[in-house]
Amino acid sequence: MTGKTAITLTINGREHAIVVEPRRTLADAIREDCGQTGTHIGCEHGVCGACTVLVDGEPVRSCLMFAVQAAGKQIRTVEGLADGDVLHPMQQAFMDHHGLQCGFCTPGFLMLAVGVLEREPDIKDEDLLDVLSSNLCRCTGYQNIVKAVRAAAKTMRRQ
Amino acid sequence: MTGPTKYIGRSVPRLEDRPLLTGKGRFAADISFPGQWTMRVVRSPVAHGKIKSIDANAALALPGVRAVWTGADVARIPPIDFRLTGLTALEPYRQSVLAQHYVRYVGEPVAAVFAADQYTAEDAADLVEVNIEPLPVILDAAGPPGPFDEERGTEPTVIEKKSGDVDATFRAATTIVELDLAIGRHSGVPIETRGAIARYDEIKDVLEMHGAAKVPHWNRDTIAQMLGRKKESVQLYEGHVGGGFGIRGEIYPEDVLVCAAALTFKKPIKWIEDRREHLIAANHSRQQRHKIKAAIDRDGRILGIDNEFFHDNGAYMRTHAATVPDLTAAMLPGPYHVPAYRARGHIRLTNKTPCGTYRAPGRYESTFVRERLLDAVAAQVGIDRVEIRRRNLIAKSAMPYALGLDTLGTHIVYDSGDYALLLDKALKIIGWDELQEQLRHRRVAGEKVGAGVAMFVEKSGLGPFDMVRVDVRPDGGIEVITGVASVGQGVETVIAQICAETLGVNYGDVRVIHGQTDRITRGMGAFASRVTVMCGEATRLAATRLREKALQAAAEQMQTRADQLDIVNGDIVRSGEPGPSMPLAELARAVPGGLSAEDTFESAHMVYPYGVHIAAVCVDGDTGAVRIERYVIAYDVGKAVNPKLVEGQIAGGLAQGIGGALLEEFLYDEAGEPLSVTFADYLMPTAREIPELSMLVTEDAPSPLNPLGLKGAGEGGANPVGAAIASAIDDAIGIPGAVTRLPISPQRLKALMAAG
Repeated sequence: MTGKTAITLTINGREHAIVVEPRRTLADAIREDCGQTGTHIGCEHGVCGACTVLVDGEPVRSCLMFAVQAAGKQIRTVEGLADGDVLHPMQQAFMDHHGLQCGFCTPGFLMLAVGVLEREPDIKDEDLLDVLSSNLCRCTGYQNIVKAVRAAAKTMRRQ
Repeated sequence: MTGPTKYIGRSVPRLEDRPLLTGKGRFAADISFPGQWTMRVVRSPVAHGKIKSIDANAALALPGVRAVWTGADVARIPPIDFRLTGLTALEPYRQSVLAQHYVRYVGEPVAAVFAADQYTAEDAADLVEVNIEPLPVILDAAGPPGPFDEERGTEPTVIEKKSGDVDATFRAATTIVELDLAIGRHSGVPIETRGAIARYDEIKDVLEMHGAAKVPHWNRDTIAQMLGRKKESVQLYEGHVGGGFGIRGEIYPEDVLVCAAALTFKKPIKWIEDRREHLIAANHSRQQRHKIKAAIDRDGRILGIDNEFFHDNGAYMRTHAATVPDLTAAMLPGPYHVPAYRARGHIRLTNKTPCGTYRAPGRYESTFVRERLLDAVAAQVGIDRVEIRRRNLIAKSAMPYALGLDTLGTHIVYDSGDYALLLDKALKIIGWDELQEQLRHRRVAGEKVGAGVAMFVEKSGLGPFDMVRVDVRPDGGIEVITGVASVGQGVETVIAQICAETLGVNYGDVRVIHGQTDRITRGMGAFASRVTVMCGEATRLAATRLREKALQAAAEQMQTRADQLDIVNGDIVRSGEPGPSMPLAELARAVPGGLSAEDTFESAHMVYPYGVHIAAVCVDGDTGAVRIERYVIAYDVGKAVNPKLVEGQIAGGLAQGIGGALLEEFLYDEAGEPLSVTFADYLMPTAREIPELSMLVTEDAPSPLNPLGLKGAGEGGANPVGAAIASAIDDAIGIPGAVTRLPISPQRLKALMAAG
């Protein structure tokens, strides 16, 4: 397990040259090796979705992907959503609709929702609910998350 | 001129949100120090046994491994003490930070590995060989007690509470209704696992622990005592906290281990729990069996209740000691008039994960039991389930109502409430009569649909005190320094709202400091839905005092009288007339250190919000699955400082309540091996399982115990969910009293229907 590989991770457009063991998860690499701690780890077996990031536009559970598998791909994390001080419509909608309490699951929900809506802007409400039910939140009871994502979907369609 | 801005009662956006939305949160795992070591805990794979040997040689030989500790290395550290409801009889059952000679549950820490990084630490932990001789296990808390150790049994004590003459009541009664009910083992399970990072500053001789939550001051004092240090030489720091729910922030063995290791090795020590560890090592909750009976008159009026129950506390008594069974015993009567009441709660140790509180502790359980009992009384007497509740409710005119029982060091006195009014309001929202009609039609058409009602009284605002200091800084920023904590519920916003309105500033200019033991000498923390009530009123008092001080100082500067001045949006202005104004910041610079005030709110009694839940469900006769079609919650919180946040608390509580009612359960096999160790086995609700919720937050009964009339809102969303859903399922499958056990899994429900 000691053999290490030099790879470059591109996170939010910025390149990070790191040296990792083949078994190192993408989540650990993003957080520990690249210092981007906005991506959270909640279960390490791909159920809770707190670690969701976008890899080449697709929502991915970064605890289930090895860092070496993401080399050369475009990784987007919560740190890349806002444009300076201007929040992404999804972030703004979460604030407006009280879609977060402790905020631990929030980055995963934001990336999941943004990834899905960028790919499928006209997704039906029922399908959206299916997508959102792939992540866990323990504080909000989900209603406000669903409201926020639906509201953001409208804003994103207009833009 | 505009008047002072009102913030109390407004759903202003949260001050907490921006960093959390942009990835700038500072949760425990986000905190690192140069040169830190990682701790990994080696846990018992056996539910009960005697430790024969622990061989760490292979682990120590692994490059990057710095040390391995076993029980002998920490034998000098006393077991973790009780924070609440401590009883002498429970003390021998406290948990040591590493197992001493015996293990008593799968997941008990037996060794700690310290290594250069997480991956190495986990590799090394796998190499530690633990040789344990298995002993017989006890898994049923309601069965015969057994040995805990050579001297003690597994029933340390029985909690007894009573009011009125229960024996005489039951002797005289013509009708007695008896039930045997059980609540399953589940817990808060926040999405952020636990974590603790300790470091020792040799120059200042200060031990720091980061990743603190909930009760930082108590934990600071306790860790200092356990490690033989002065409390001033231990400081705890709370960052962002990924969900509380009772489980988080109590002192656990791992917190003490990182602190002890930081002192010993003079290195920062970081420990972050993984999910499997969380599910077997952090506090479980709720598991109880009740043998309950009610004596009633011919109209279904309750004459007496006898509540004997068995509390499955798991392997050790942790910080909450007897809190959950004590609250169960004390809060069971709920919103009903019960002339004679007796509770006998057997505290039992079993070979499972130790327990603590979980949102609405002792009330989720007792409400399920009481409301099942009310339904059974209704069935016995042959009257409607709503009518039986109406007949037994405590009248508004009886307030304040002394229950004649104690809990958490307080007499239970319901401070205010109009229970019947809230029941009417809730029934109106769901359209109860029309709903009954619709359900009847659908049942005739072959559907298994039904509805249930549950009522409850919550408790909140536990004292005895909270202290707050408010400062105006030279830049005009306002700092509120408190000894409470935030577990993600919106404390900063709510306290800022109260401070801003009282003082006359913008709420966005108020910074609320919490969970930092080096910023304030004492504090009670965040539990028991206490923060808005206790810290809110302390903030109001301190801000009032600061306002007076500021006006006095400004009067001198502005050469006028204080009563001619006002503070509006952070400026000192002449009330009612135009003229020169002075920003608070300028005044703060003119009187250095002068704009600071401190006050304390003390309260000997809790405040009691109350509510009604109504569930309408559809049961799938083939699969046993339950779909909640509609859900109504009416909750009276006295006064909502931020209604949107109150609703958020209620909605979140409902989801957790549904989890405990239908999905979540920590199961064990016959050897005490835990079966619910991942999120694939321990099922929590997702967005799909949550019904459409209609919520009514009322302010009909402000608390007379604080000037704003506040009551806490944290637990009413969860409290009666098991009760309401159980009643709805009975109704749907047409078998009154069918549900006797939570959670109502599809398998259990299918069995009920087959037996029905």
